[in-house]
Amino acid sequence: MSLSVQELRVYYQTLHGEVRALDGVSFSIADGEIMGLAGESGCGKTTLGYSLVRLSPPRRLVSGRAVLDGEELPLGDPDAMRRFGWKGVSIVPQFAMSALNPRRRIGGMIAELLAARKLRYLELLPELERRLDLVRLPAAVLAMYPFELSGGMRQRMVLVLSTLLNPSLLVADEVTSALDVSIQRAVAQLLAEFRDRGLVKSMLVITHDLAVLYQIADTIAVMYAGKLVEKASADVIIRAPRHPYTRLLISSLPEIGARHARCRLKGIPGQPPSLLNPPLGCRFRARCPAVSDQCGEEPPLREVAAGHQVACWQQPC
Amino acid sequence: MTPSVPGREFLYFAWRNGKLRFGLALVLFFLGVALLGPLLTHYPPLAYLNPLGAEAPSATYWLGTTCFGQDVYTQFVLGLRAAFLVGLLGGGMATLIGMLIGFMAGYRGGLVDEVLNVLTNVVLVIPTFAVLLIAAAYLQVRSVLMECLFIGLTAWPWAARAIRAQTFSLRTRDFVDLARLSGMRPLKIVFTEIAPNMLSYLVMTFILQFGGAILMAATLDFIGLGPTNAQSLGLMMQTAVLWGALPLGAWWWFIPPGLAITAIVGALYVMNVGLDDVFNPRLRERS
Amino acid sequence: MLSLERVSKVYRVGTFGGGQVRAVSELSFALAPGEVVALIGESGSGKSTVGRMVLNLLPVSTGSIRFDGIALSDLRQGDRKDYWRRVQGVFQDPFSAYNPIFKADRIFRTLRAEFFPRVETGDWNRRLDGALQAVGLNPQQVRDKFPHQLSGGQLQRLLIARALLLDVQLLVADEIISMLDASTRVDVLNLLADLKARGMAILFITHDLGLANYLSDRVIVLYRGCMVEAGPAEAVFENPQHPYTRMLVAATPRLDCKWPVSDWTPPVGEGEGLGCVYSARCPLCDGQCNRPPVPIETAAGHRVACWRVADPGH
Ligand SMILES: Nc1ncnc2c1ncn2[C@@H]1O[C@H](COP(=O)(O)OP(=O)(O)OP(=O)(O)O)[C@@H](O)[C@H]1O
Ligand SMILES: Nc1ncnc2c1ncn2[C@@H]1O[C@H](COP(=O)(O)OP(=O)(O)OP(=O)(O)O)[C@@H](O)[C@H]1O
Ligand code: SF4
Ligand SMILES: [Mg+2]
Ligand SMILES: [Mg+2]
Repeated sequence: MSLSVQELRVYYQTLHGEVRALDGVSFSIADGEIMGLAGESGCGKTTLGYSLVRLSPPRRLVSGRAVLDGEELPLGDPDAMRRFGWKGVSIVPQFAMSALNPRRRIGGMIAELLAARKLRYLELLPELERRLDLVRLPAAVLAMYPFELSGGMRQRMVLVLSTLLNPSLLVADEVTSALDVSIQRAVAQLLAEFRDRGLVKSMLVITHDLAVLYQIADTIAVMYAGKLVEKASADVIIRAPRHPYTRLLISSLPEIGARHARCRLKGIPGQPPSLLNPPLGCRFRARCPAVSDQCGEEPPLREVAAGHQVACWQQPC
Repeated sequence: MTPSVPGREFLYFAWRNGKLRFGLALVLFFLGVALLGPLLTHYPPLAYLNPLGAEAPSATYWLGTTCFGQDVYTQFVLGLRAAFLVGLLGGGMATLIGMLIGFMAGYRGGLVDEVLNVLTNVVLVIPTFAVLLIAAAYLQVRSVLMECLFIGLTAWPWAARAIRAQTFSLRTRDFVDLARLSGMRPLKIVFTEIAPNMLSYLVMTFILQFGGAILMAATLDFIGLGPTNAQSLGLMMQTAVLWGALPLGAWWWFIPPGLAITAIVGALYVMNVGLDDVFNPRLRERS
Repeated sequence: MLSLERVSKVYRVGTFGGGQVRAVSELSFALAPGEVVALIGESGSGKSTVGRMVLNLLPVSTGSIRFDGIALSDLRQGDRKDYWRRVQGVFQDPFSAYNPIFKADRIFRTLRAEFFPRVETGDWNRRLDGALQAVGLNPQQVRDKFPHQLSGGQLQRLLIARALLLDVQLLVADEIISMLDASTRVDVLNLLADLKARGMAILFITHDLGLANYLSDRVIVLYRGCMVEAGPAEAVFENPQHPYTRMLVAATPRLDCKWPVSDWTPPVGEGEGLGCVYSARCPLCDGQCNRPPVPIETAAGHRVACWRVADPGH
């Protein structure tokens, strides 16, 4: 068992009250597992990723714990978490690729980052070059400026950097979103390769792109409005989803070659609830086609089949 | 013209910010002393009052006397007044010119930028003291205001450079393009989109210019190019050192002006750090 | 309505502007009312640069862009505002499109102050709520928040709502759906389709061939600033001619089958080829590819810039 998270609640403090971006999320990722995380925009995916790395204000840990390789992560204590950063849990943030400092050469920037962790650049250089070779980048990129690299090269660079110290868990937030499909495939397969080679024990891959997730993830978890609504193996989520939200989400994916004029895809009517004062009961209630009286009470995440958990009252146990 | 970050929330966070409160209190205290202090003394600042020369603070001479028997308190409060004046006018002017040129060069870019860049560099390398010596030769009576003017006209280049660089990097951000798409005019964009983003930076520039102006004035005073017949903290310190206040142990002579300069500049700096937290909504939530 | 003629853009970079980056070269296309043209290409292929030039935020280096017959370079300050009343855009990176020290909904206030000074508050709020709901946002959830308090997708949809408030004739949509989940994406695409039906022209910039195909009438595939293939969306998608487009279609992740493990090697060459821009990566590259290919028309309106397409051995 690589990572297990229990009842994680993380709120944002604002002047208007607390934004309940994560409200009781539990899951676990096994050794060597790539878990995909999908869900509506604004449902708390990035928040979840960051909570495992650095939980600084305004994010506030309300409750919950996380255990990584048998050791409890001090989630509420950003200073203690530093010790786990990069080696324990490493994150590739959303837009990391465009956030590279344009004025620094790549090598210099890496040296700086390493120095901040009291590590020697020159000692790690051979390993770094080996890794660059693995992602098919020439060692010469270290002497280049970020703008000299294409998007795909930059993204691979960021991946090499964040996995340099062989983290137990890699959180990759939207790493493939800005790339064209061929580079997307290269980067996605690279993620799998990192896992296969044991450079990273397990991964949490956050993306909107279910088609990419389907290709590389072992399991997919779906979030809705701060809660986990379903988790199962990738095949099951894509082919036989159980939760009404997941079903609607999957059905809104365009078929290959779909055109608007011929068949208009349908989204999900309505809007997600406000996370400031989320409604009681199931959070999908207002948009759910299968809603019943029971849904006024909160559905627990229950195991409906081996390795398949759903949080919905309409599911037989 | 710079709009404040929406009113009430801004005040709320400003008030909650300890650094800001501390710095502001200190600056206001000295400002109060500078404004009200001179009303409490009836000694002329340069009169030789105490025949005993240097004497420690007492009920008659609140901050003691110099080795010439002059009242330190009177000199101090008048000097403080002059310091605020020089800082405010000289530093303020340098900041304004720096902003004007920095914003223009940074936002417009191209030819405008290059011309202004040359101007900045020229002013930067002009031997300030030579100009001043020549000016001094022509002007018999020099006022504090002239000193301010001089400092203002010579100290702006580095401010202009720093502001230009900041403007330059902000200009390429998408929100500036969005403002352009909304039909805003360049001047409005500079003042409503770009300047607010570097407000804490502008304030810091002003604070550094403020402190710099005070120190510059002290130097000018020392080499005899300061205002004729006026008081300043710089002058006080220099005379104190020159007439051996240190070996004499006349701490009351040099500590008040030194402490005041350090405390004012320091307090402004603390205030600035506090302002940064308040201006930046991200940092705000940390407190 | 909009036409680009041999538009190129060269950025100056480095100290003293010594270096040059050729972001777009010799691009020509036209856009009619109610038409959607998709610009497709990988990251760095110059898509956003084209978008910015069309929005008149960036001057062209050579060539000309005309809107209703008037060259953008001839517009003066006053005309520009008129132009932006008719042409608006949504930028790619939602995180930098907002001034970080102001509330996100300030973009609407600015818009109102500049374009609708006479609209009454009640009326305006109704319009605003309508626009927010059209992009699937809960007005309560996004109002009165700072940009960093909203997620990427929420920020992006606010920008789309902003463009909707102005009844524009041409919308430049730069990767507006890359940050959205599948269902919201469909909502936004359908919304664009409705606008298109009402006569709005859309320059739809994306790296996703499948989504481009869903919405657009024509697609233009860019590689390193050059058009490599252009034509009716269906034709390009179902019968791609250029090796780059073929590779794009083949690499599209599908839900009906997983990527086979072995048959595909990731693109290795990254540098710009001599002659044909794609030659460094192209599996079909041969001797004649060191000259820039001349676009040829393979079917009605379907143009391809590749030497080997004309080849019988291809
Ligand atoms: N600093 C903050 N203060 C208050 N609310 C916040 C803050 N940051 C995020 N939120 C809110 O928390 C919720 C979750 O945000 P998060 O960024 O985790 O979403 P996400 O699932 O990653 O979305 P996306 O797919 O669009 O990136 C959103 O509704 C957002 O408005
Ligand atoms: N201001 C600039 N100065 C110099 N070079 C630039 C500038 N803006 C863009 N470029 C370069 O121009 C090329 C095209 O950039 P552009 O942003 O148009 O690409 P894009 O297709 O939109 O890519 P993405 O999918 O990453 O947004 C890139 O090589 C980029 O590095
Ligand atoms: S619990 Fe009820 S409202 Fe929620 S998803 Fe299931 S059926 Fe729908
Ligand atoms: Mg996110
Ligand atoms: Mg772009």
